[in-house]
Amino acid sequence: MYVASTRQTKTTPAEGGSWRSRVPTTVLLLGTVSLLTDISSEMVTAFLPVYVIFNLQMSYLQLGLLDGIYTGATAILRLVGGHVSDRVRRHKAVAVAGYGLSAVMKLVFPSVGASSVGLGGVLAVDRAGKGLRTGPRDALISLVTPKEKLGEAFGVHRTMDTVGALLGPLATFVMLTWLTTRPGPIFMISFCFAALGVIVLISFVRQPRLERVPGKPVTMGATLALLRNRGMRRTTIAAGLLGLATISDAFVFVVLQKVSGVAPTWLALMPVGTALTFLLAATPLGKLADKIGRWRMFFAGHVVLFVVYLLLLGPFSGVILVIVALALHGLFYAATDGVLMAHGSTLVPDHLRAGGLSIVQTGQALARFASSVFFGLFLQSLAFSSAVLIAIGALAAALVGVYLLIRPEVSR
Amino acid sequence: MKDWFVRHRIVVGVAAMVVVIAVAVGYVVVTVKDQNEAASQPGAPVADGLLFVDNDGGQNLVSTLDSTGKRTPGSIKCLRVYKAAGTTVCLRMTLPNAYEAAVFDSSGAEVRTVPLPGTPSRARVSASGKVVSWTVFVTGDSYLSPGGFSTRTGVLDLRTGTLIESLENFTTTVDGVPDKRANENYWGVTVASDDNTFYATLGSGSKTWLVKGNLRARTMATVHESAECPSLSPDQTRIAYKKRGGRLGTWQLYVLDLASGKETELPGSDGVDDQAAWLNNAKLAYAKVQTGGAPTIYESAADGSGQPRELVAGASSPGPVS
Repeated sequence: MYVASTRQTKTTPAEGGSWRSRVPTTVLLLGTVSLLTDISSEMVTAFLPVYVIFNLQMSYLQLGLLDGIYTGATAILRLVGGHVSDRVRRHKAVAVAGYGLSAVMKLVFPSVGASSVGLGGVLAVDRAGKGLRTGPRDALISLVTPKEKLGEAFGVHRTMDTVGALLGPLATFVMLTWLTTRPGPIFMISFCFAALGVIVLISFVRQPRLERVPGKPVTMGATLALLRNRGMRRTTIAAGLLGLATISDAFVFVVLQKVSGVAPTWLALMPVGTALTFLLAATPLGKLADKIGRWRMFFAGHVVLFVVYLLLLGPFSGVILVIVALALHGLFYAATDGVLMAHGSTLVPDHLRAGGLSIVQTGQALARFASSVFFGLFLQSLAFSSAVLIAIGALAAALVGVYLLIRPEVSR
Repeated sequence: MKDWFVRHRIVVGVAAMVVVIAVAVGYVVVTVKDQNEAASQPGAPVADGLLFVDNDGGQNLVSTLDSTGKRTPGSIKCLRVYKAAGTTVCLRMTLPNAYEAAVFDSSGAEVRTVPLPGTPSRARVSASGKVVSWTVFVTGDSYLSPGGFSTRTGVLDLRTGTLIESLENFTTTVDGVPDKRANENYWGVTVASDDNTFYATLGSGSKTWLVKGNLRARTMATVHESAECPSLSPDQTRIAYKKRGGRLGTWQLYVLDLASGKETELPGSDGVDDQAAWLNNAKLAYAKVQTGGAPTIYESAADGSGQPRELVAGASSPGPVS
């Protein structure tokens, strides 16, 4: 493992043949870190409703409202995390801080008890850790991977990440069912998975050596000036436009349940359906994106999302509709989530990589947040079908706009 | 130091992982051992008996306290439980993030299960044992904020097998005016002894109302403002509910006399977040979390006299044994 990881941290293209050379070992290690961290965080996410309602005897409404605020706060932290790791040229250290912060918060949960302010605060710091680590982590993946394998590398990482997200709720369920419903052990086990992730990151992942680029200092100005680059600017705007027309998963699932007419219990299983296709398709689609063009794949992913929206209008119904719609929804994520970062990596020079990727990501995240707020407002007064029609209209407009905007610049 | 770590990082990493796993296993073993003892601790004597969910034992066993304070663990595991006239409703987890309501008859046989669309919050059975109701929190159903919530209340009539999955389809009158709001929630049902009249909470915007409804006619009308999780007394004359002290203040229990409209505050109940249960016509039981601790079941006199009495710690979902 030691030999392999040192060899692979150089950005030489891996020689074909053995399985080990498919993606750099560092990517597999970062995938492992994400897998363990996602088990940890999804354990808590799955436990939180039970914890709040039964262990703390609180109403869930006291927490729901705060959630939106974090999305905005972590967006800013993503930019900071990305920029700082470029500046000190130590992406790994910043990522360790982010992963570590989230890990420690798992131990703080029990001590804040039934205080909604305390719980909100712990959740906020937990999200802050996530915001901090995303930029440097994606930069690390891109820096150790040869350009022609970026899509595949991000695909492999997202696959491993999603495996963790699926295992987390399962771990909570197993503990609650067979071991204990006391909160202490669940937070402890969650912390331990997060701690294992941090250990893998500290001990096994190596920071790729980045030489200082003479005459090109890493400043906030230099990072923001990336937007003067046409490809980068258009990518950010395009990802933001498409983000604005992307309605939240929760909304898709609720409408899907109503339109298909399946039992409400299915709502609990729908995220699993999306995650399964996402993890199965992320690597092959990433690889395909390397061949046919990452931007093309990203765009195609949103066309798939458009089809999902059309299905929500309800020409079909029943279990078949649910399966087809969830499969396509997972494909949308597989074709866009890691692929956008792979594409972004080709537009940003090495010394500004983390900050540059953060800009693209933050634009997309803020746009999606804005869209979920807008749709929330629509739904106060509109029926589901009109809201879906608005989503279809918005996505169609965004697709046309992005197609015209981006076509000549970024083919790959 | 740094060089040493760089040379030995694999060994250090593996050793650290072993330590983390050992600590985790040790902690879990100690906790599980400790919880087995907690499950047999006696509680306070309760004249007519108390049915509750034991949280401290770590298994959510439905247990009982008798008139001597002796605790008897039962066999079923629930997140919420309520029993009346031999009928038991048990809200429990079936899969990660999936829940169901299971109904047991007086012989303990499972007669019906209904999948629930969210995390259980309240459960009730009418005095006759014929009408079962529950409220769940549906996350991802409110769109204003990601992770927002809404409630869904179901009513199951065991005589006909009719399942009302949501009260949202009922015709509602708010302060005498037919209601056309799109965004509203109902929670905390209590059904009267005629097995047709019910009371519940209507929440919309920042306001809550006590509504009185008719199950057969599928209608509801508001009767009182600022009242949540109503609970009708066995003699049908009073309703206990929780009400906020201020806009963001904590909840407190009140008892409303239906004939006179007089509202009585139950002292010492502040900070409660539960649907109170009548143990008899004079006593109410409810769960409340002590600061930084586990939920504890208290008993208060329904006439507002005296301070609450602690019945059992590390427990929730109190109700009569009958």
